[in-house]
Amino acid sequence: MQFRSLKDIIRLCEERSVTIAELMVEEQVKETGVSREEVIQQMTDYYHIMKEAVHKGITEDTVSRSGLTGGDARRVYNYLNNGETASGSDATRAMSYALAVSEVNASMGRIIATPTAGSCGIIPGVFVSTQERFGWSDEQMVMGLFAAGAIGYVIANNSSISGAEGGCQAEVGSAIGMAAGAVVELRDGSPEQAMHAVGLALKNTLGLICDPVAGLVEIPCIVRNGLGAVNALAAADMALAGVRSAIPSDEVVDVMLQVGRSMPSEHRETARGGLAQTPTGRKITEELRRRRQNNGN
Amino acid sequence: MRFKNVFNIIGPSMVGPSSSHTAGAARLGRAARQLLGVCPEHADIILYGSFAETYWGHGTDLALVGGLLDYSPDDPRLPDAAEEADHLGMTIQFDKGSGNYPHPNFVRIRLQQGERTAELAGASIGGGNIEIHEMNGFDLRGSGQYPTLAVEHQDSKGVLADITRTLSESELNIGFMDVDRKSRSGEAMTVIELDSAPVQEVLDRIEQLPHVTRAVVINLD
Repeated sequence: MQFRSLKDIIRLCEERSVTIAELMVEEQVKETGVSREEVIQQMTDYYHIMKEAVHKGITEDTVSRSGLTGGDARRVYNYLNNGETASGSDATRAMSYALAVSEVNASMGRIIATPTAGSCGIIPGVFVSTQERFGWSDEQMVMGLFAAGAIGYVIANNSSISGAEGGCQAEVGSAIGMAAGAVVELRDGSPEQAMHAVGLALKNTLGLICDPVAGLVEIPCIVRNGLGAVNALAAADMALAGVRSAIPSDEVVDVMLQVGRSMPSEHRETARGGLAQTPTGRKITEELRRRRQNNGN
Repeated sequence: MRFKNVFNIIGPSMVGPSSSHTAGAARLGRAARQLLGVCPEHADIILYGSFAETYWGHGTDLALVGGLLDYSPDDPRLPDAAEEADHLGMTIQFDKGSGNYPHPNFVRIRLQQGERTAELAGASIGGGNIEIHEMNGFDLRGSGQYPTLAVEHQDSKGVLADITRTLSESELNIGFMDVDRKSRSGEAMTVIELDSAPVQEVLDRIEQLPHVTRAVVINLD
């Protein structure tokens, strides 16, 4: 790829007079030698899987493999359809769709890791809900995914997208940044505004620990996806309104890695800290262990 | 750059719940099976770090077994992999490893089919991406992102030249290469990541080269 930083992306977009999405497609074709048609087809297939997961999560009863979670997406969706919500219907819809995909994930259903499975709800939640709202075509959404991918590529290579390495900020935080930047572009914001959205979003997830109860991608991961979708919309709005990330977004990406590295391993996916070690977190862990032993596994 | 292209970030398409613990594990299992070259009859799987702590709830065990059955990370049969392995008569032993390991999500897989054995150790580095650290006792790196040729040979002058010449004559481009030997003039192994997968005929030609014992391809796409 010709870019390594968010600043590179802005520069290349300006030099070539292209969108972030178009830059990503061109670079992907160059890097892999796979044709433009095939690259776009693969992303289109991925978008359809995301939509399927949203649909499944809000229409079917999903129960996770552990039996701990499920049904929250439908709860929020039904609540949305029964009157006024506190955060407004658009944010609530994004939230229910994000919960839906995350619940499908916990039930061992099919999802697209964006960038990871632990954070797989945020981009579909934001994309599918804004598509319905603004009437965007699938083609536009697929290009939006390329824009999100370009942002994620920079974050992954300069920081981390692994909860075990960098905490939840690396998974949910990265997804929020990617979704926020993509929405700015879909709403015709400039590449520079998109990158400010990334910085604004990432700044507000710095230090977010990865503390899955019993080590499962369920509590608190699922609700963090729901809330993450709302954060992404809010960060996009701030950037579109002209708010800038006072700390350059690339510096925020870099510091995310430092914050992740300085977190104790208890707070990096080991389930040895945070919510996983609360009295209830421990009780759930113990219950699951007992059940597993009874099953003879 | 650890992540090479946009589909490392958006993607893979996978069966939940964890890209590190499920998708990455499936790919590591699949890489080990392809290194063996056939379906294993027995597998010893040693889990380290976060893999060892949380494998059960994530279906890491099922994903690894699915990989041993050559399933891709989005194969809908993954949740039922254990039954399928059982049906095929595959025996699998899971153990928790201790000591030093290079990444929080690390696994060592030893496979056997008759006289044939293979061993692969690697890490799941996030988003379903993997890093191979060892193959058959050699310290060799691989990303699993490209078709990967693994060649076992004797450490001898000209072997690498012969291999790379064969690849060049077959119009195959090398993106990455790593070599390790157990001793001077002893056993050696080379991994070569290619931009496209070699056909069987190329493998046959490489296997017939002097000092080469075996060549296999690991292709996780």
